[in-house]
Amino acid sequence: MASSQVDLMQPADRFGALAWLKGQMRNIAPFATLIALVVFFSLASPSFATIDNVGNILTQVSVTGIIAVGLTFVILCAEIDLSVAAIANATGIVVAYFTLQESYVNIANIPLSGTFAILLALLTCFVLGVVNAVGLTLVGIPSFIMTLAMMQIAAGVSALLVRGQIAYKVPDLVAMLGSQSVGGIPFLVIVAAVMLLLGHVVLTYTRFGRYVYMVGGNREAAEFSGVNVKLILASVMIISAVCSGLAGMLGVAHFGSAQQNEFDTYLLDAIAAVVVGGTSLFGGRGGIGNTIVGLFVLGVLNNGLDHVNIDSFLKILIRGLILLAALVINVYAQRLRTAAVQ
Amino acid sequence: METKTLPLLELVGVSKSFGGVEALKDVDFTLRAGEIHGLVGENGAGKSTTMKIIAGVHTQYAGSFTIDGKPVSFRSTRDALAAGIAMVHQELSTVPDLSVAENVFLGKQPTNRLGMLRWHHMLREARKQLSSLGIDVDPGRRIGDLPIGLQQLIEIARVLFSGARIIILDEPTSALSPPEVERLFEVLRRLRESGRSIVFISHFLDDIVRVSDTVTVFRNGRKVLTSPTRETTKGRLIETMIGTGHEDLEESYTSTIRLEDRQRAGCMLEAEGLSLSRSYADVSFRVHAGEVLGIYGFMGCGQLPLARTLFGKVRPDYGSLRVEDRQVNFRTTAAARNAGIAFVPESRRSMLFHLEPVFKNISISILDRISSLWLKPSVERRLARDRIENLQIRPPRVEAPLGSLSGGNQQKVGLAKWLTFPPKVLILSEPTRGMDVGAKDDVVKIIRKLRDEGLAVVVVSTEPETVLSLSDRVLVMKKGRIVREFANEVISKDRLLEAA
Repeated sequence: MASSQVDLMQPADRFGALAWLKGQMRNIAPFATLIALVVFFSLASPSFATIDNVGNILTQVSVTGIIAVGLTFVILCAEIDLSVAAIANATGIVVAYFTLQESYVNIANIPLSGTFAILLALLTCFVLGVVNAVGLTLVGIPSFIMTLAMMQIAAGVSALLVRGQIAYKVPDLVAMLGSQSVGGIPFLVIVAAVMLLLGHVVLTYTRFGRYVYMVGGNREAAEFSGVNVKLILASVMIISAVCSGLAGMLGVAHFGSAQQNEFDTYLLDAIAAVVVGGTSLFGGRGGIGNTIVGLFVLGVLNNGLDHVNIDSFLKILIRGLILLAALVINVYAQRLRTAAVQ
Repeated sequence: METKTLPLLELVGVSKSFGGVEALKDVDFTLRAGEIHGLVGENGAGKSTTMKIIAGVHTQYAGSFTIDGKPVSFRSTRDALAAGIAMVHQELSTVPDLSVAENVFLGKQPTNRLGMLRWHHMLREARKQLSSLGIDVDPGRRIGDLPIGLQQLIEIARVLFSGARIIILDEPTSALSPPEVERLFEVLRRLRESGRSIVFISHFLDDIVRVSDTVTVFRNGRKVLTSPTRETTKGRLIETMIGTGHEDLEESYTSTIRLEDRQRAGCMLEAEGLSLSRSYADVSFRVHAGEVLGIYGFMGCGQLPLARTLFGKVRPDYGSLRVEDRQVNFRTTAAARNAGIAFVPESRRSMLFHLEPVFKNISISILDRISSLWLKPSVERRLARDRIENLQIRPPRVEAPLGSLSGGNQQKVGLAKWLTFPPKVLILSEPTRGMDVGAKDDVVKIIRKLRDEGLAVVVVSTEPETVLSLSDRVLVMKKGRIVREFANEVISKDRLLEAA
């Protein structure tokens, strides 16, 4: 019978190589982009594919990477956190504020021991994360708006503490992790790698990680399965804020100064890294592996453009176009994936 | 064959497939001017697919499609609308916060030269339009305050106003009370008089027999019968619809059922004076271990929000809830689940994860019972395999993405996820909606078996057949209140509908 033949064909079609490829589109496209960029810049500039430069790229993406770990959790839940850079900035400033500064720094700060300063800074980002979480889950403000407000609040905290000044000193531990190396590898890179690994392990192997994916995949179904959706959403907002805070402290040490607005570019970079890597903006798909690829796409692009002779004002436009292309692929990949299953 | 009117719309040899599966095979369909054409068939038989081709939803198909003898090929629903074809879906698309008049004129509100609304003109026109259909309603009223049946008539008025001459009604009577159905039929007959054509898709064969002039039956993607309605009967339609082995369906449609008292066992769930504004009021009942309590009511009579309340999704304004002997006040669905309540909502989309494999769909509600910090995928897969075997889910693959399963099997997965650690109370909302006879039968058997194992089951539905085929005791809800209890007596669809 013709119809039964069709029926037999159909499962093979559905789970065949083509369907698999379509399902994997979101993972393949960013990786292909990365390889294309590496090949292009290697051919275009002799100074690009060197050990030193690989080290540069790794260092350049580390602060973004730590922020992106927390942001991956948030975006997997189909939420967004626009306050990551502002919270990083505020946390960095808090840690400097509670550290004894040189006499020429004109900030009325409160010197404490390094451990206390670090604890207070961590408490700051934690509390800011809790405010985000409460706004999102208990009050019911959409995360886009809630974290937009938090962006301003955190910037306000920064402004009040430094009052337009620049602080330079941070606790020794922070200074070491942010600016020193061991065996030629910067601590910053190691911390970023550890955070990415930790994020990956939590997302992949823990019950909490599964809940994050399920809440992102279908929030209503998660709730009707007895998952405490609000608790999961609150947790990811707090995780995001704490990751940002950590990045902020190390970033301040890495830059050698703590001041207003110094993390502003990191918001776009972190969101771009997560999304370019292929984590779905609709939630439930992607992960730290994608974020790592996304980080390198952005890192290679930013670094590579410095190695080729190109109008530096054009670079901004190119980054924007690459981000747009990634968004198109992101949305398209979601559609392919859904079509491949249904 | 009727000879007095020429075909208005004609499909010849239409086939349509989705990803290699043939949904329609060589279908001919003719609609004449001024007729009410009933369309029946089981779910998946091809009625909706055919109508979606006519309404411009599906644009890729084989075969010919002509209107007034001229071939047409719609690229979108807008094209279909321009040709005078409109579909009124089961879920209404009225805007509840706007007035009746604004809804009638939705998207085409009359304006003056300055672009301002001509309110008086609109109210007058709306009143005229509605009363020509025999609908008497104040056009200034907020439409959301009107009964659902009236809203539906207003939506029909809207598509008429927008110039439709062919109206496709998808399950228009499923949510209506008998008087509302009567009024709808009155309107449809008036439309027929004025030369409009109506396609009437319904599972309710009585309605089809009463109102249609011609009836077409679909089975397995083929058209199997088109006949003047007066030359056929309900029994004949059922026979044609399901081919052979129709005894089950026949029984559920016509016979009476003897409810048996099973209330001797302990009370598992007790609701007392539950009220939620605009949804339900003063609802009290008990469910006992080993019984299935059916709660029946038309759409919008409050039983669906009630089910959500029992699972902690919606908190009631007043009233108390007890699980066994313990007073409970659920703040979250997680709390309800921990207290031993399980819930299967009416829509598969709101309980399952379509892109995830079957085993993750099954394990999601028991993860905290089988793992603390670290996931145990091998345990998840083993438990999922047990459920798959137990409920005969096809295909029996734990890794298959849920979306690749058929509707009936998805529904079973929705049940399976609660059964590894049996709950105390299982709440099912519309458990057999949109399922074919075979899958329905499976689900009924599973639920009966669970009941016999001592589970307390609550079945909430707007379909009399579902309630009758499952329940040991039936509560009828009307406008948010329980108005009748059927226990330990003989019940039939007639009596149930009468009570509602």
